Amino acid sequence: MKPPAFEYHDPVELEPALELLRRYQGEAKILAGGQSLLALLNFRLTRPVALIDVNRIRRLSYIKEQDGRLCLGAVTRQRAVEFSPLVREKLPLLAEATRLVGHLPTRTRGTIGGSLAHADPAAEYPAVFSALDGELVARGPNGERVLGAREFFQGLMTTALAPDEVLVEVRLPLMTAQCGWAFEEFSRRQGDFAIVGVAAQVCVVGERCKTARLAAAGVGPTPLRLERAEQTLEQDGLSERSIAEAAARAAEQTEPPSDLHATAQYRRHLTRVLTQRAISRALARARGERR
Amino acid sequence: MAAQRFIGRPVKRIEDLPLLTGRGVFIADLPFANLRHAAILRAPYAHARILGINASRARGAPGVVGVITGNDVARLTRPFAVGVRAPVKYYCMATGKVRFVGEPVAVVVADDRYLAEDALELIEVEYEPLPAVIDPERAAAPDAPVLHEEAGTNVACRRKMTYGDPQRCFEDADVVVKAQFKFPKYSSTPIETYGVAASYEPGSGVLTIWANFMGPFILHSLLARSLNLAENRLRLIVPPDIGGSYGIKTSIFPYMALLGLAAMETGVTVRWIEDRREHLLAASSGTDRVAYRELAARKDGTLLAMRARWLDNVGGYIRSPEPGCAFRPIGNWVGPYRVQSLDIDAGVVMTNKCPTGPNRGYGCGHLYFEIERMVDMLADKLGMDPAEVRRRNLIQPSQFPYRTPTGGLYDSGDYPAAFERALKTADYAGLRREQVQARAQGRLFGVGLALAVDPSVSNMGYISVALDPEIRGRPGYLPKSGATEAITIRIDPLGKISVILGSTPQGQGHRTILAQVVADEFGVELDDVTVTDEMDTFTRLWSVSSGSYSSRFATVGASAAAVAARKLKAKLVKHASYLTEIPEQALEFADGQVRPRAGGQPALSLKELAGRVHWNAAALPEGIEPGLEATAVFGFPEAKSPDALDRVNSSNTYGFIAEVMAVEVDPETAAVKILRYVSVHDAGTIINPLIADGQILGGALHGLGGALYEELVYDEDGQQLCASFMDYLVPTAAEAPQLQIEHLASPSPFTPLGAKGLGEASSMTAPAVVANAVSDALRPLGIEITELPITPSRLWHLIEKARMRKP
Repeated sequence: MKPPAFEYHDPVELEPALELLRRYQGEAKILAGGQSLLALLNFRLTRPVALIDVNRIRRLSYIKEQDGRLCLGAVTRQRAVEFSPLVREKLPLLAEATRLVGHLPTRTRGTIGGSLAHADPAAEYPAVFSALDGELVARGPNGERVLGAREFFQGLMTTALAPDEVLVEVRLPLMTAQCGWAFEEFSRRQGDFAIVGVAAQVCVVGERCKTARLAAAGVGPTPLRLERAEQTLEQDGLSERSIAEAAARAAEQTEPPSDLHATAQYRRHLTRVLTQRAISRALARARGERR
Repeated sequence: MAAQRFIGRPVKRIEDLPLLTGRGVFIADLPFANLRHAAILRAPYAHARILGINASRARGAPGVVGVITGNDVARLTRPFAVGVRAPVKYYCMATGKVRFVGEPVAVVVADDRYLAEDALELIEVEYEPLPAVIDPERAAAPDAPVLHEEAGTNVACRRKMTYGDPQRCFEDADVVVKAQFKFPKYSSTPIETYGVAASYEPGSGVLTIWANFMGPFILHSLLARSLNLAENRLRLIVPPDIGGSYGIKTSIFPYMALLGLAAMETGVTVRWIEDRREHLLAASSGTDRVAYRELAARKDGTLLAMRARWLDNVGGYIRSPEPGCAFRPIGNWVGPYRVQSLDIDAGVVMTNKCPTGPNRGYGCGHLYFEIERMVDMLADKLGMDPAEVRRRNLIQPSQFPYRTPTGGLYDSGDYPAAFERALKTADYAGLRREQVQARAQGRLFGVGLALAVDPSVSNMGYISVALDPEIRGRPGYLPKSGATEAITIRIDPLGKISVILGSTPQGQGHRTILAQVVADEFGVELDDVTVTDEMDTFTRLWSVSSGSYSSRFATVGASAAAVAARKLKAKLVKHASYLTEIPEQALEFADGQVRPRAGGQPALSLKELAGRVHWNAAALPEGIEPGLEATAVFGFPEAKSPDALDRVNSSNTYGFIAEVMAVEVDPETAAVKILRYVSVHDAGTIINPLIADGQILGGALHGLGGALYEELVYDEDGQQLCASFMDYLVPTAAEAPQLQIEHLASPSPFTPLGAKGLGEASSMTAPAVVANAVSDALRPLGIEITELPITPSRLWHLIEKARMRKP
């Protein structure tokens, strides 16, 4: 479990990093927190000619509020997201999801951009970005482009990032009033990748569901936006029956894989259970029942 | 008996400060001059013929010193001896065929590990893939692919043994319970993986091997023979610290041979540190087992007889000390129950999985999972409380020492008292009331019980029951028996004490334990005693049972230390008698001095006496040898070889475990939540309760791993699916339930201190108690857990199936 030789660069500014990416013509990889990439290197499952370490590019690490959105530098540590008062106040779903990302030591190294760019379908951040239509800002030789979560996650650990692009910022809309949130996850041990996870943010107007934003992790090659379940809630309201119906629609929408830890049937079943729990908990919060 | 100021007290471990401050010295920390590094090429197929190996490109790669292949192994080494008659050739590396994924195929020695791994990629191996077999029952079928052509079958060993009159018991029984069980292949995954260094000195012909090994054990002899070395030319040195083993590091010995060969062939000092992927793929594990059991009983719950047929899956090769998995618990096959009749059909089969070896609880986790599940099934069938069925069948305190039908000699205990303590501590009656309420609300709440006789200090003779009594009876057959340990104590000229162990601790706290024992024997402070381990077969006393395994240290090691101390004290009393002209009988050794039994003066301190012995040797009286050191080799007279009726006292001390667990199963996700876990142990005298409770906690969590999380899973083609900690799930602190531990003490009459082993302890009961609790929770659905681990996915499917049966 030793990687083959590679070249290593650790620029302190973004521009040299981009220049290096261009120079290696797709043969270089960006090293952020390294919590996934280093294992892949050690297993010799990836063999980049060079690593471009972006950890020293300090201006890629920030959390700020701008134009009704929460903007995070791609190299912001997960631990910083977890403890950010701004995130807790303005986007508690992201804070709750972060506590489920790996373990405390891995969160101190792991970055939000790294997790999104790695695009593990069972990871929490991609599900949150999928649910909330997050934006991902890529910087390449021709400047910046902004990608929606839907177009960003293209397949199993595959994103729309071009080989000469770096993820520089990620953005999520702030939660508005009368909204509740929940991230429900089932894993065999604390800190494992989810067998299934469901992100939910539900906003109410009186008894009515104004918007429901739901996405699942672990049920396919990419995070899955649970549109049918959202429609059910938005059209049929927030009764117990409607929530149960939405959860059933969510399960129907999945085409999950079978693996060592769970069969496809069990994953589909869990999607229903967790969707129901996530909606119920989010709704309770939206109604101010508990926070 | 010396006054006990330290024995029985929660003395903090001497080992902890260096370990917690990063000053431990492990195999990877040992300094060597001009050290080179090895990497191992491993088989990608579960079963394949090796048609050719071309290592010429690797030999020419940067930094490469040499490459060893199976051809070198076949030419220069001999296969390891195995404990069965099947002519299985197990070499330290594949020769001709590979039989499991991850089996070593070639070794590269290079300037560093990176270069060595680069060179591995340049070795070309041509394979002819063969059909693989991974299921033990399938492998035992006549048309299965055969792994070892010379054996002609995959069944490495099969023994049918009858004790008492099981046939009659089954005919007379009011009720018979039958079930099939599957126990998973799981391991220990110590935080430090295997590590070996080797260096050969052609002048003296001595090969020195450093390894985080738990022996020498019987395996030193096997290694020497395999490498064609005289045993006194093979030097084994164990580093000061080993980062855990739990049995798994027994199986490092093939790598010791392989690295030894690499050192001899390349002429360099070479080290190999196993990486985690190698460890999970190819180190060792317990066996997976398929068992068919029957239990005969009267309708009042009296157990009459047990019948069992099982197949233990030892993987690609039967590797010593296998087939210990099948026979290690032979003396306690009846558990804590007064059953007199047994019918056993023990089979050991080879398949295309990684070979197995001792894993905490060795064979006992399997045994008690099966027996304790059967007892619960019986209780259910009879409509009795499972606690009541157990009560009726326990061996009674008046019956000790108790001879089991299989030859075990249970030394001491009060099983009913320990069991009642567990029930009371857990508030069993209250849990049952809670269950009634929970069930009324539709919740799946269950209470499980598990009892076990906890064997320690294996009598190495047990393994020969793998052979037919007819073979053991032949002239020229060398019977095997014993469980010994040697300890030397030395008193220096200023009166301080050094204790030299022959053991190989892996985190158990041997230094602390012996400091306590020896300080109490001499009546001195802990600080006056220094304990050294670091086994070196050239300088330490050892024999074929030396090493740290089968929970033996507190029993056999501590006993040897007490005996050695008593020898030295006797010598000091004798010398004091000469100096003071007071008869020996009128003197005693207490509180660090020799003084008149009647009290008063003269009192000679240890320091003064030691000074007189060391500094004035010529003044010693006749009959007293110069020097102040004593060695004791402690052995058990009851550790005999098996008799002609296959009876053997397979261990030397037998503790007792009684556990109660309450669980709740989430009816939606099938997750199992442990609400209550009580574990009562009787391991005789407890030398250090902190260490004892640490062992019990660790053992319980290890057993919970096998019950709920851990399994080395293979697909149909024999590909191993969990080669990293992402997929091989070891429970962590976050998964650990609250465990309430209680102790009873029935001292062993066979040891000077009365201590019994408890290093494996709850690892052997946790699978049973979880399975019983979960089955109890799911009783309204009619589900019996007969297969581990109980994963949520597997359990959900069982629940779904049951709901479909009973809407």
